Amino acid sequence: MATIAQTGPRPRRSTLARREAVEGLLYISPFLLGFLIFTAYPMIASLYLSFTKYNIITAPTWIGLENYQEAFFQDAQFWTSLQRTLYFALLNVTLGVLGSLGAAMLLSQNYPGTTTFRTLFFLPSITPIIASAILWLWIFQPTLGVLNYLLSLVGIQGPPWLQSGTWAIPSVAIVGLWGTIGGSRMIIFLAALQSVPQEMYEAAEIDGAGSWRKFWHITLPLISPTMFFNIVLTIIGSLSVFSLAYIATGGGPNYATYFYVYHLFKNAFEFSRMGYAAAMAWVFFLIVLLLTAIQFKLSNRWVFYAGGESAEGADDAK
Amino acid sequence: MQSSAVALPQACTRSRARTLGRVRNAVIFYVSVAILSVFFFGPFVWTVISSLKEAHEIATFPPTFLPKAWRFDNYPNAWSRVPFLNFYVNSIVVTGLATFGQTVTATLVAYGFARFRFPLRGPLFMLVLSTLMVPWEVTIVPSFLLFRTLGWLDTLSPLIVPHWFGGGPFFIFLLRQFFLTIPRDYDEAAKIDGANSLQVLWEILVPLCRPAITTVAIFAALFHWNAFIEPLIFLNTPEKFTVSLGLRYFQTTPMDAGEPKEHLLMAGTVIMIVPCVLLFFAAQRYFVKGIVLSGLKG
Repeated sequence: MATIAQTGPRPRRSTLARREAVEGLLYISPFLLGFLIFTAYPMIASLYLSFTKYNIITAPTWIGLENYQEAFFQDAQFWTSLQRTLYFALLNVTLGVLGSLGAAMLLSQNYPGTTTFRTLFFLPSITPIIASAILWLWIFQPTLGVLNYLLSLVGIQGPPWLQSGTWAIPSVAIVGLWGTIGGSRMIIFLAALQSVPQEMYEAAEIDGAGSWRKFWHITLPLISPTMFFNIVLTIIGSLSVFSLAYIATGGGPNYATYFYVYHLFKNAFEFSRMGYAAAMAWVFFLIVLLLTAIQFKLSNRWVFYAGGESAEGADDAK
Repeated sequence: MQSSAVALPQACTRSRARTLGRVRNAVIFYVSVAILSVFFFGPFVWTVISSLKEAHEIATFPPTFLPKAWRFDNYPNAWSRVPFLNFYVNSIVVTGLATFGQTVTATLVAYGFARFRFPLRGPLFMLVLSTLMVPWEVTIVPSFLLFRTLGWLDTLSPLIVPHWFGGGPFFIFLLRQFFLTIPRDYDEAAKIDGANSLQVLWEILVPLCRPAITTVAIFAALFHWNAFIEPLIFLNTPEKFTVSLGLRYFQTTPMDAGEPKEHLLMAGTVIMIVPCVLLFFAAQRYFVKGIVLSGLKG
């Protein structure tokens, strides 16, 4: 296409180029339309709604910054729900990313049976969230549950898990980790580990490097872009925690698992406070953007982009 | 992993230590993997076992491992306790139509970005990627109001129609990466033979990218089958529920006479998971080969 366009006579070139442009735009038009209808418009509309009081039945009324003032200074649940969410995110991101990396490193050793284990690890991640919540609810059941029974066999009296103020968030995190450690995050790590050139390890061994030093000086730098990608996505996902709490605890006990998005959901769809929910949504968006920006800033210090393949890929993406 | 051996001075001890190290590593591997397997797979086993117990047996402590009486009729009981058939049909309709739309439109959009030059192509592609950063929470309130205006609340449309518009940044990115790996010479050859751009896509690129497109379709199907939040927000009457929401409905509906219903709930859960597992095994090679990932490394 490029060569034809360059060598062809002038008028022809411009018609060809125009035709190509029109065709290209036609092909991407589903995205353009969808972006306008389902992303751009709702984002602007929710920004507008965040400055209004709107209960669906009567028309929205402009109240300026009142929703934001209420969120920051009056609504105690705004801050506490955010705190709970950050606590959950901390557990979920550290244990989740390290867990997936650990599982991937185990499975990358290619012992017999690895494919079967990979399948077993992967299954929870394709399990519907409602099913995960229900089956763990049964396992965590304080008096009849199998987990506390197994703990009692080794002499431990288990906590009431999801029904305990202190254990509720870690319990939700356990369900979340169960459903994500062996999933796509692990598979992405596996692919990254397999792309580390074997010769590098061999060379390091000849130089007398132990397994820890090989991990620290070869594996980690080479998979750091993958690590970064996984951390960013896991943080965003963790902040959205809602369904598990909604199904398994109803936000309880005594608000212990009443997360930020739960508060947003309740305001929007139970209290019909659409304006306030929109303000919460925008604050949420800004928090996500801020955390991601910090990640990108910090990444200069520890993410190592090798030349060649991955750099080319990055160019393609831009 | 055979590190400790390297430090030893003599050659013969070294090789012996290395064999020992190898055995030790294999033991470590199988023990850790076995523990992890119990964590990941155990809950499924427990769910299936619980789903086959009698009502009174499930409520006894200490729990029995194997059911004393195998109650396979828990399954038909669970199935008829709530309108599961309705839920299933709704989920199949949503999953089928949304997946189809998502896969087709993501392919078209990815093709547009991979093979055509048009003004603002770079910035527009960045726009695609940046939508990855927009959480659903930000758009949900106006979307809800929009569907309300359209009269789509309590219908399956909000779960289907939005997915016919490009299929999301992830899939577009993935498929574009794949299209870029296919030499343009193939396109040119087809064009010389008189193929138009749609024929080039359908006859050249799609067959060559079938694994990637299948992967996208499988991920999309699992996503729609498992979706919980959207049905929760957009649907109200049980007849319209998808399986996800139907199971929730079952979970929250009290039984007559306060009987335990965990065994039936477990049966319902199994009924819901089975299609995911079947799809997973049917398409396992796409997951295991990690085709998706080669695109992600960029």
